[in-house]
Amino acid sequence: MKTILFILWLSFLSVPFMGLKGGLWLLSGIVLAYCIFLIIKKSSNLLKEFRLPEIPYNLKILYALIFVILLVLPFVLKDYYLDVIILAGIYIILALGLNVVIGFSGLLNLGFAAFYAIGAYSFALLTTNAGLGFWTSLSSTLFITALSGFILAFPALRLRGDYLAIVTLGFGEIARLTLNNWDSLTRGPNGISGIPSPFVFGFELSSLSHYYYLVFIFVLIAVFIVRRVYHSRIGRAWLALRDDEMAAEAMGIDTTKYKFLAFSFGAFWAGLAGTLFASKMRFVSPESFTFMESVFVACMVILGGLGSIPGVIVGSLILVVLPEVLREFQLYRMLALGIGIILMMVFRPLGLIRSKG
Amino acid sequence: MLLLKDIYTFYGHIEAIKGIDIYVNKGEIVCLIGSNGAGKSTALMTISGVLKSKTGSITFEGEEIHRMLPHRIVAKGISQVPEGRRIFPKLTVRENLEMGAYTKSSKLRVKSEKLKRQYDKVYEMFPVLKEREKQMGGTLSGGEQQMLAIGRALMSKPKLLLLDEPSLGLAPIFVGKIFKTIKELNAKGLTILLVEQNARAALKLAHRGYVMESGRIVKEGEGKKLLHAPDIKRAYLGE
Repeated sequence: MKTILFILWLSFLSVPFMGLKGGLWLLSGIVLAYCIFLIIKKSSNLLKEFRLPEIPYNLKILYALIFVILLVLPFVLKDYYLDVIILAGIYIILALGLNVVIGFSGLLNLGFAAFYAIGAYSFALLTTNAGLGFWTSLSSTLFITALSGFILAFPALRLRGDYLAIVTLGFGEIARLTLNNWDSLTRGPNGISGIPSPFVFGFELSSLSHYYYLVFIFVLIAVFIVRRVYHSRIGRAWLALRDDEMAAEAMGIDTTKYKFLAFSFGAFWAGLAGTLFASKMRFVSPESFTFMESVFVACMVILGGLGSIPGVIVGSLILVVLPEVLREFQLYRMLALGIGIILMMVFRPLGLIRSKG
Repeated sequence: MLLLKDIYTFYGHIEAIKGIDIYVNKGEIVCLIGSNGAGKSTALMTISGVLKSKTGSITFEGEEIHRMLPHRIVAKGISQVPEGRRIFPKLTVRENLEMGAYTKSSKLRVKSEKLKRQYDKVYEMFPVLKEREKQMGGTLSGGEQQMLAIGRALMSKPKLLLLDEPSLGLAPIFVGKIFKTIKELNAKGLTILLVEQNARAALKLAHRGYVMESGRIVKEGEGKKLLHAPDIKRAYLGE
């Protein structure tokens, strides 16, 4: 019964996009597929007993293989695909940062794009206006974003759950509107252009494949550090904070300190992602940091699995790559995304790759 | 060992504790009994630093801990088993215990021998926890969760253990076991401050007891004496 309602509803949703005829086609298609599925399921236990032949593989070799494939990608892929993958890498860093706040510490943050924006704008201003080099700007940007995370943590200390979500949402909007209206500094909606390409040890990173490697290295660093912190005392304290704040306090955890730390640490990675974004695009404008962006990153974290690092990586890849693949079906992209998340909630409520903790 | 003097604790404008004095000697079991809303749990939370008293002082081993933050107080050697157990449901039993040793593990390495001995002690006391080591805390039964909560509090090697309603919502067989454990812990030299609704069991166990009523202490004395005092019998023991 549930299934039938679900199918009907799905088809109904698609009516405005595909017309009545299309909706009916979709309906009959899904019903047919479902019937076939039922027949197979009922008629034999074959499906249950069927196992994929087990391929003996070594996890280390697998990782090495993936690593090598990732290394040679720029030589194989067209620029367009490379571009998408670089973007995915930037989003992985961003989502890892948000994962620290939402996934590890359980502090719902819906204004994460603000830190992303602060990172991108700081970098843009430092390189264009102040004329600083890549590394100096990068480190100052990281400092600035971590500091902004620290500042947002002040109201967060008193709030929890939904209320915190609203405050962070407000913070995100404040950041975006400030960027939009502070003409003298940020040049308003026109954005900042002409961000110079970075020099790494005297070597100019100009082509896409250079950026690919730069982002690749930073993603590796981010994954490594976030993983280490997750398994450290700090990570444990965050988990305790997420599970039961009062009990955490009774265990002798300084909850105030770890909330500040979670926000700053999360913002730090958003700053890195913002830097890479600004540096790659050579241009930043407030348009890139809307509320939708925050939601998008939150979707990555939730889709992949709250608190799970591999999950977040997979989630970001799916949400960046899929819309690009589905570019031909422009109109239905958001629909597909919505359906995807609903399906996930039904079948894998803890995310694609759930966290162990 | 612990001395509370002239404590007034408020929730906003509501005065939950109206001036109490409590002392706990080393090696004692002291229990705090009283009906719902008498301020027993509030008193414990004031000691552990979650709530602050407007006036008065709390000294622990001669040191003023009244204005200290909760995590500093835990580090001083006062460990709390909160009301309703409050274990971490999504961490495993082992990880729950690990959190208990949080204040210690900054000095000790997580995998150090000392910490391992501490785990073994807890597992020895509650063998069922060893069995369920890798299970999520939330999947344990109520009694097992209470054991875990006590075990977790012991991980920091406290000098004083604050127990808030350890028998709450447990099957009678577990209640007996928990009280037996408390007695054993005390025999090993741990000082215990116990808050209980189960007045009879608590008073039997305790060396001394305090009776609280709407934020004040109305009676204090040896556990056995309170157990036989006629007004206590009538009010709390149902005789």
